[in-house]
Amino acid sequence: MSFITGVGLTSYGKHEGSSSLDLMSKAAALAIADAGLTRAEIDGILCGYSTVSPHIMLATVFAEHFGIRPSYAHAVQVGGATGLAMTMLAHHLVDAGVVRHVLVVGGENRLTGQSRDASIAALAQVGHPDYEVPLGPTIPAYYGLVASRYMHEYGVSEEDLAEFAVLMRAHAATHPGAQFHDPITVADVMASKPVALPLKLLDCCPVSDGGAAFVVSREPTGEARVRVRGCAQAHTHQHVTAAPALSELGAEIAIARAKAASGVAISDVRYAAVYDSFTITLAMLLEDLGLAARGEAAARVRTGYFSRDGQMPLNTHGGLLSYGHCGVGGAMAHLVETHLQMTGRAGNRQVRDASIALLHGDGGVLSSHVSMFLERVR
Amino acid sequence: MSEKSADWTSGEAAIRYQSCAACGSVQYFRRGFCAACGATELAEQRASGEGTVYATSLVCRAATPETRAHVPYNIVLVDTPEGFRMMAHGDNDLAIGDRVTARFVPFAGRLVPFFEGREE
Repeated sequence: MSFITGVGLTSYGKHEGSSSLDLMSKAAALAIADAGLTRAEIDGILCGYSTVSPHIMLATVFAEHFGIRPSYAHAVQVGGATGLAMTMLAHHLVDAGVVRHVLVVGGENRLTGQSRDASIAALAQVGHPDYEVPLGPTIPAYYGLVASRYMHEYGVSEEDLAEFAVLMRAHAATHPGAQFHDPITVADVMASKPVALPLKLLDCCPVSDGGAAFVVSREPTGEARVRVRGCAQAHTHQHVTAAPALSELGAEIAIARAKAASGVAISDVRYAAVYDSFTITLAMLLEDLGLAARGEAAARVRTGYFSRDGQMPLNTHGGLLSYGHCGVGGAMAHLVETHLQMTGRAGNRQVRDASIALLHGDGGVLSSHVSMFLERVR
Repeated sequence: MSEKSADWTSGEAAIRYQSCAACGSVQYFRRGFCAACGATELAEQRASGEGTVYATSLVCRAATPETRAHVPYNIVLVDTPEGFRMMAHGDNDLAIGDRVTARFVPFAGRLVPFFEGREE
């Protein structure tokens, strides 16, 4: 058994002068306070990576900086899936009795700490060094390839994809911490600058500074009782050249395993937090997870199904697309928002019922997947 | 273990792949063993350079000065009749399903495979 006992999140966007360690520390302090714990009670640390300040031992660098001497600590790296992978590991660590309270933390000054080109070039290295990177692809190009094929096989249009950017922006408008608040339309997305077609600028998440953290504990520490009901992973490939057919991608495998591990069905889910690095990522994952039929996720966006007051509220903070993406912390914001929703603390963004939530993270080019069900316990 | 043959990744105008003597699998990313069965008896093969477009993405925003000089350029995934998939460049107007043939062009200081549409 494990519980998410506290969460912390900074605003995303520009944090001029803040280092990755500063942003991690800020989020960590918020999460520990939210759990009602002291630093000394944290006996495990899991952290992600920083492309701005790479280090072979980031967890102990952070522990020393933050002032903790944990009995268990290391970094985890699975790209965008890192946050949920760390949560899954923390769940198993406290469940096995290895530690009592694990601090899961990610943060990076990716926007102001390096040029945007440097960020894009660093991320393109997830490609194959001999057979892909020399061709000059970018992360948007890897996903652009997937998008072209998905649109071809399932009759999805660029306007369909644009709906997801519009939805995430509408959600971000109600969160003061989001990087973008100005409303956008499908026409704005269609008219935005081409990046790696069919993906245009507003189909892509931004580069951000920010930090996010949570505490995973063996027992609840207060009123907020959010339990990890079950989780699972799937890793089918690293490089898009070696990806399986669209019908055999890892999200479907991970969600099937998570359902089996938790006994939760998609029909039980009341809130969804799904990785959205690009509009195509979100469209595909929603359909892979069973939250929409194949090729029909956009239609569900248009009917309000995924809106705050819809049947399946989705990424009510604005997601990577509009809250922002600071690397590992990016998708951790999805879990922070889910926790706020499940504990009735989401303020003007509060949904009616978030008693059972489905979270899904994706790393690489749909390479690494983590599915997780959270449950509010009375 | 078979000896290495030069291909476009080392500056030679050729596309190569490996085939496994034990299980018959083919692989494009070169290794010292078969990723399907683990056998180390691999034959180095030269591909025909023909294929069918699986996916495309026209890169309009590049990340380095060397690649920026080439925008827009079309990144394509091509399925070959030999049974492997590869990433390459291609004509900007290629569509999924197009039959294509490779030539080799300079790009950002390297030689890269470039697929163009084939007359049927």
